[in-house]
Amino acid sequence: MPQRPKRRIRFSKLYSFSCLKSPFRHEQSQIGQRGYSRIVYCNDPDKPEAVQLNYIGNYVSTTKYTAFNFIPKSLFEQFRRVANIYFLIVACLSFSPLAPFTALSIVAPLLVVMGATMAKEAVEDWRRRKQDIEANSQKVNVLRGNIFVETRWKKLRVGDLIKVHKDEYFPADLLLLSSSYEDGVCYVDTMNLDGETNLKLKHALEVTENLHDEKSLEKFRGVIKCEDPNENLYSFVGTLYYEDKEYPLSVQQILLRDSKLKNTEYVYAVVIFTGHDTKVMQNATDPPSKRSKIERKMDKIIYILFSTLVFISFIGSVYFGIETKMDLGDSNYRRWYLRPGNTTVFYDPRRATLSAILHFLTALMLYGYLIPISLYVSIEIVKVLQSVFINHDWEMYCEEADRPAHARTSNLNEELGQVDTILSDKTGTLTCNSMEFVKCSIGGTPYGRGRTEVEKALARRGRSQEPETDGLSSDFQDQNNDAVDSRQPVKGFNFRDERITNGKWVNEPHSDIIQKFFRVLAICHTAIPEEEDQSGEISYEAESPDEAAFVIAARELGFEFFARTQSSISLHELDFDSGEKVDRVYELLHVLEFSSSRKRMSVIVRNEEGRLLLLCKGADSVMLERLSQDGRKFEAETVDHIKRYSEAGLRTLAIAYRELGEEEYKLWEREFFKAKTSVAADRDALVDAAADKMERDLILLGATAVEDRLQKGVPECIDKLAQAGIKLWVLTGDKMETAVNIGYACSLLRQDMKQIVVTLDSPDILSLEKQGDKEAFAKASLESIKKQIGEGISQIRSTKESSKEHSTEFGLIIDGKSLDYSLNPNVEKSFFHLAINCASVICCRSSPKQKARVTRLVKLGTGKTTLSIGDGANDVGMLQEADIGVGISGAEGMQAVMASDFAVAQFRFLERLLLVHGHWCYRRIAMMICYFFYKNIAFGFTLFWFEAYASFSGQPAYNDWYMSFYNVFFTSLPVIALGVFDQDVSARLCLENPCLYLEGIEDLLFSWLRILGWMFNGVVASLIIFFLTTKSVLNQPFRSDGHVVDLEILGVTMYTCVVWTVNCQMALSINYFTWIQHFFIWGSIVLWYVFLLLYGYFPPAISTTAYKVLAEACAPSGLYWLVTLFVVVCALLPYFSYRSFQTRFLPMYHDIIQKRQVEGSETETSKDLPKNVEGKLSHLRERLKQRDL
Amino acid sequence: MPPETSTSSAGGKEGSSGPSSKKNSKKPKYSKFSQQELPAWKPILTPGWVISIFAFTGIIFIPIGLASLYASEKVVELPFQYDQKCIPSEYSNNAEAYIKSTTTNKTCTATFKVEKTMKSPIYVYYQLTNYFQNHRRYVKSKSEDQLRQKSAEEDTDDCKPEARTPDGQPIVPCGLIAWSLFNDTYKIKVKGKHLKISKKNIAWQSDQTKKFGSDVYPKNFQAGGLIGGAKLNESIPLSGQEDLIVWMRTAALSTFRKLYGKIETDLEANEELSLVIENNYNTYSFGGKKTLVLSTATWIGGKNDFLGLAYIFIGGLSLFFAVCFLLMYLFKPRPLGDPSYLSWNRNPGMIK
Repeated sequence: MPQRPKRRIRFSKLYSFSCLKSPFRHEQSQIGQRGYSRIVYCNDPDKPEAVQLNYIGNYVSTTKYTAFNFIPKSLFEQFRRVANIYFLIVACLSFSPLAPFTALSIVAPLLVVMGATMAKEAVEDWRRRKQDIEANSQKVNVLRGNIFVETRWKKLRVGDLIKVHKDEYFPADLLLLSSSYEDGVCYVDTMNLDGETNLKLKHALEVTENLHDEKSLEKFRGVIKCEDPNENLYSFVGTLYYEDKEYPLSVQQILLRDSKLKNTEYVYAVVIFTGHDTKVMQNATDPPSKRSKIERKMDKIIYILFSTLVFISFIGSVYFGIETKMDLGDSNYRRWYLRPGNTTVFYDPRRATLSAILHFLTALMLYGYLIPISLYVSIEIVKVLQSVFINHDWEMYCEEADRPAHARTSNLNEELGQVDTILSDKTGTLTCNSMEFVKCSIGGTPYGRGRTEVEKALARRGRSQEPETDGLSSDFQDQNNDAVDSRQPVKGFNFRDERITNGKWVNEPHSDIIQKFFRVLAICHTAIPEEEDQSGEISYEAESPDEAAFVIAARELGFEFFARTQSSISLHELDFDSGEKVDRVYELLHVLEFSSSRKRMSVIVRNEEGRLLLLCKGADSVMLERLSQDGRKFEAETVDHIKRYSEAGLRTLAIAYRELGEEEYKLWEREFFKAKTSVAADRDALVDAAADKMERDLILLGATAVEDRLQKGVPECIDKLAQAGIKLWVLTGDKMETAVNIGYACSLLRQDMKQIVVTLDSPDILSLEKQGDKEAFAKASLESIKKQIGEGISQIRSTKESSKEHSTEFGLIIDGKSLDYSLNPNVEKSFFHLAINCASVICCRSSPKQKARVTRLVKLGTGKTTLSIGDGANDVGMLQEADIGVGISGAEGMQAVMASDFAVAQFRFLERLLLVHGHWCYRRIAMMICYFFYKNIAFGFTLFWFEAYASFSGQPAYNDWYMSFYNVFFTSLPVIALGVFDQDVSARLCLENPCLYLEGIEDLLFSWLRILGWMFNGVVASLIIFFLTTKSVLNQPFRSDGHVVDLEILGVTMYTCVVWTVNCQMALSINYFTWIQHFFIWGSIVLWYVFLLLYGYFPPAISTTAYKVLAEACAPSGLYWLVTLFVVVCALLPYFSYRSFQTRFLPMYHDIIQKRQVEGSETETSKDLPKNVEGKLSHLRERLKQRDL
Repeated sequence: MPPETSTSSAGGKEGSSGPSSKKNSKKPKYSKFSQQELPAWKPILTPGWVISIFAFTGIIFIPIGLASLYASEKVVELPFQYDQKCIPSEYSNNAEAYIKSTTTNKTCTATFKVEKTMKSPIYVYYQLTNYFQNHRRYVKSKSEDQLRQKSAEEDTDDCKPEARTPDGQPIVPCGLIAWSLFNDTYKIKVKGKHLKISKKNIAWQSDQTKKFGSDVYPKNFQAGGLIGGAKLNESIPLSGQEDLIVWMRTAALSTFRKLYGKIETDLEANEELSLVIENNYNTYSFGGKKTLVLSTATWIGGKNDFLGLAYIFIGGLSLFFAVCFLLMYLFKPRPLGDPSYLSWNRNPGMIK
C-alpha cells in the first residue's frame, strides 16, 4: 500500500502556512464573557452540569411551520395581503343584516380559496420536512462507553465524541481531536459552505493528536469554553481545558457541519455546536424574498380597483340616501309599498344619512366581485405549475452533470421574461473553470497547436486571415493531429504538438531547457498525488485548477509526479541520455507560497546531484523584473508569446529557475526562519521580504498558457441574448486582458465595437501609487476616472449624433480599482450613464462586494429587471441583490445555488430559460392578470348597472350562489389553463426570433395602457350585457305562453351572458388550444348550465329563486337563447374588431411572428418535401459511390 | 433542420431508453405534456379568418334578425295607459287623495279599438312604472317557508313590519310584497258582451305547485290599520291565488308588466273594446304610470322589434367590416412579418 508511508509524514509541515500558526490572541481573554459563554463537557454529555446547559439537539429543521403553528401562522401569512383582509372583513360583515347575500355564499369561496393556499403551503412544507428527516437520519459513529455505536445525526448531543470516516459529512460543528494521520491533520472539503473546491487542512491540537484507540478516547475528559453560536465561518475563539492546562483553540481545529472529510481515513472529534447553533445553520438566513415587477404592479391595480369599488359604492350610497330621504314626502310616503314609516335603520328616510352610510358598507360587499378573490391563489397555482414545466424541460437538462433546471422559487417566473440586464460571473459561468494546458513557449519556441475557443470565435469573425505558422493558431495541421491524437482525451490537457509529445522533445534544439521547464511544472506546486485504486493511474488534488493542469501536463509529457512526502517530491522522469524512465527524488526544502500580492510561487529543492534549485512560476509582470542579466535570453520572444497567448484568452504564467549556492542558501534560510518565527505584527511582510530576496536573478525558461474553456454554447447563447435586447455585463475577478479576450470569445465585444477602457493603469497614476501618498493617489485617481468617464460619454454622444442611421456600439471595460472610484456617490451617476449606453460592459478584477454593488447600481439605476448569474460563493451577494439570481449548479459547490432563485447546469440554458420560459411565463401571467380583472369587472359592473335601476338598494341581480361560484368554478379554470399552457409562438420560434423578448423588456403586455384597455373592455362588456339584455327581454312576454321576465329570470339571462362572454373572450384572446383549453373553456360554460339545472332541481327551500329556473322558464324560451347569442357576440365584437384592426395595422411582434408562422407553414411543408428528397438522393449517391469502390 | 423538431423527435426516442440505461438519472421524464408540446390548434387572426368571421356573423345574424322581426311584427299589442284618464277631473291635481279615499268611485270606463285581428290566447297585462319591486327591502320582505307550508305559519321574521297583527297573530301571507298586492281590476266588453278573462295558469307552474302551499290559507291578511293593496279570499289556498303568485315574483326593473289574465277568444280587427277599470292601486304617490296591455305572443314572445333590429344592425355591421377588411387587404396589402412597424424600431434609442 503506497499510502502507508504517507501517513508517517507530518503533513503539517508541508505547507508554509502551518508555520504561521496563530499565537495566543487577545480574543482568548474574552472567554467567559458575554458572547463567549459556551461550555462544552467533552465526552460527557450526561454530566449534570452539561445537562443543565440544555443545548438544543442536533435536529435541524428548515420547515416554515410546525404542526402546532401551521394554522395560525399560515393564516397570518395570508392576511398580510390587503385583498384578503378585505375579504375577511366582508365575511365577518356577512353575518350582519347589512349583507346583500347569505353569509354562507360569501364565506364558502373564501374558505375554498384560503384552503387551497393553505394546502399548497402544507404540501411545500411537507416536502421540506421530508428532506429534513432524511438529513437528520444520517448515521454517525458516536462513542458510548468504550465502543463506537452507530446513531442518527439528530440524536447527537453537545459533548459527544464521534468518529467520522472518509467522504462523510460532519454532522455538527466539531472540535478535531485526532485523525488517521499521526500529526492529527485532516483535509476538509468546504464546498457546501463557501463554494471553494480546494481542500482545507485542519489540524488537531498536539495534546489530543495521540488519542487513537477507544480506551484513551473513553478516558478523554475536557472542557471547552468558547464563543456562542455565530455565523462567522472563518473564526473561532475557544479554549480547551484538559488535564489542568489551557489550550487555545482556533478555527484550525474546528470542523464545520456540511463540510466533508477528504483524503483522511477517519477523524475523532467532539461535538461543540449542534443543530441550529452550527455555523452553517446560523448562516442560513432566509433569502431576501423577491417579488416580481408584475406582482408589484398588480398590487397597484388592486388599489385602483379598491378605489373604484369605494367610488362606485359611494355614488350608490349617495343616490340611495337621496332616494330614501325622498320617500318621506311632504305629507305622504312616496314609495308607500316599502313602508318607509315603519322601517329599520337601513332604510329609514328620517335617518337617511345613517342609512346611506350603512348602505355604503353593503355596497362594499356587493361590488366586492370587482376584486378577484381567487386571483392570488390562481396565480400561485399557475406559478407552481410553470415551475414544474421549467424543472421538467428536457432542453435544459444537462447530460454531463445529470442536472435538470430547477426553479427554486416560483415567484419570479414572469420576471424571467423581462430581464433587461444580465450580470454574469465569468469563471465557472461563462467558462468551465477546468483549466486545460494548451500551449507553452519554451526557450523562445512556441508549442501547442490546439485551437482555443477564443481563436475559433475570432476566426468566425474573420479576423485571422493570415495563418500563423508558428503554431499559435495553426489549424491547417489540425486534421493530421487529430489522426495522431486518437487516444483518450485527458482532462485538463489539450496540448497537441508532435514535436514534443510522446517523448520527442529530446530531439528539439532546446531539449535541456524543455526538460527544465517541465521539471518546474512537475515540482513547483502544492498538489498531492492520489493513486486510483484500480487503474494505478495518478490523479492530483490541487489547490487551483491551473496547478492541476500543470502537473497533468508535466505527467503527459514524461515528468510524472507520483509521490510527495514531507520533504521530498518524486518523479518518474524520462532520462535525457538513456531514454529510459527513471525515478528521481527531489528533496523539498521550502515552499514559498503563492499569494495574490506576490503573484508567484517557488520551491527550493535539492536534486539528486545535490544541487540546490529554486523553481519559480508566476505572473509575467512580477517575473520579468526578477530575471538575471543572462536569464533574459528568450525574454523578447517569450514576452511576445505571452502577449499573444493572453490575446487568445489564455492564462499565462512565466516559468523560471535559479541555481543556488550552498552558502547563499544557508544564509537566507536562517533569515527566513527568523522571519517566520517572529511574533512581530509585520511578520508576514518580513516573510515576504525574505522570500523576495531569494526569488531574484532568475533564468527564464518559458511561459505556459492555460485555457479557461468557455462552456458549451456560450457564444451562441450570448449572441441570442444580445439579439433579444438583453444587455450583458460581465463581472469578473480576472485581469483585464483575459476578460477582454473572453469578451471577444463570447461575442460580447466585436471588432466593429468601439471600446471605452476605464483604468488606472496610466503611468502618472502608477507613479503616484508608488510614491505611497495615498491621499494624493486617491484624489488623482478620482479625477482620472471622472475624466475618462466624461470622455467616454462625449465620445458616445458625438458618434450617435454623427451617424444617426447605423449607430456604432460601444463596449465598456473597467477594472476593479477604477470601479471603486466609479461607485463613489459623486461619480456613480455619470458612470452609470456611460455604462447603460454601452452595449456590453466588462468589469474586471472586481471583488464579490463590488459585484453586488454594481448589481445594485444597475438595478436601481435602470429600474429594470436585472438577472445575476454565477456559480461560486463569491457571487452570492450579486445573486441576492439582483431581481433574479440564477445559480450554476455545476461543480463549484452549492452556495450559489442555495442563494439563487433558479438553478441551471450551464450558462447556455439561460437562453431557453429566458427566451422561452421567461417569455411564456411573462406573457401568461400578464394576460392572466389582465383577464382576471377583465372578467371581474365585466361581472361586477353588471351588478352596478342593475343597482342603478334598483335605486341602489343593494339587491343583487343574481342568486347568491351564482355569484359565489363565479370566481371559483365558472371562470377560474380557463384562466389557470391560460396561465399554465398558453403559448403565443412555439419554443422554436421563440428561440429563432429573440426580438420577441423585447415585448417583455418593454413591458408591452402589461403596460398601463393595456391593463386599462382590458378594464375598459370589461366595463364595455358589462354595459353591453346589462343594457342589451334588459332591452331585449324586458316588459313584453318572453315566451309564447305569455310569461314575462322577472328579477330571477333576468338574473339568469344576464349571468348566462356573462359566463359565455368571459369564457369566449378567453377563447378569443388565447392562441393555443390544446384539449385542455377546450375542456376548460367549454367545460366552464357547460358547467354553468349543469349547475343551474341541478341546483334548480333541489327543493325550493334550498334552491330558492333558482328553482327550476332553467328547466321550466328559460330553456323553453327561444328568446333566452337568441338573447344569449346576440349579447355574447356584441360583447365580444369590440375586442374582436380591435384585434383585427390592431394585428393588421399595429401588429405586435408576436402577431408578426404568428403570421409568419402561418405563412411559413405552407412554404415549410413545400420546403420540407425537397429536403426529404434531397436526403434520399444523397443517401443513394453514397450507396452508388460504395458500389463504385 | 430546425432545433425544435430535431430535439422533440429525438427526445421521444430517448425517453424510452434514457432512464432505463441510467437508473438514477435526474433527467426529467419525457412527455408531450411536460415539454409543452401537446398538439394544439393555434388560431391567429389572419385576414382570411377576420373576413370570414365577420362575414359569417353577418350571414347568421341577418336572417335571425329578419325572423325575429317577422315574429315580432306578427304580435299585436294594445297598450292602454289609464292612470291619468281614470282620475276624475276634480281630482286631477290631487290624485293621491282620490286614490286613498275610501269614498270615491274608482270605476272608470274607456273604449279602444282593436287595430288588427288578435288570435287567442290574448294575454292581459298590467304595466307599472317607477315601481321598485327590486328594492332590497321589498324583495326580502316575504317568508318563503310560510308560503310553502302551513307549519311554518309563525315564520315571519323577514316580513316586518307586515309580520304580525297588533295582537301577535301571524299574517299569512306576510311581508311587504303580499301586502302591496296589485288591486286594480279590469273588465272588457266586446259589443256589450263581457269577455272572459281567465286567471288560470297565469303563474309559473312550479310556483303554484312547490312554492305556494295548497294547505296554506290567507290569515289576518290586510287586517292591520294600513291597507296596502288587494285583499285575498280566505277560503282559497295560496296555491290557488294566482294573482298573488304572479305579483310575488318580483319584477326585475322598475318598469314591469305582470300577467293579469288570458282571453281565450279571438278579437277581430276594428272591434271596439270597452273597458271597465277599477282604479284602486296607488301609483300616484310615486308617480308611477299604469297601463293595461293586451298582447298576443309568438315563439319569440311579445312585441319586441328591438332584438330583430339589433340582430340586423349587428349583422349588417359585421358584413360592413368584412367588406372593409376585404377592401383593405386588396388595396393596401402589406408584406406580413414586416417588423418596421414595431414601436421600438421606430425610435432608435437615444442617449438620454
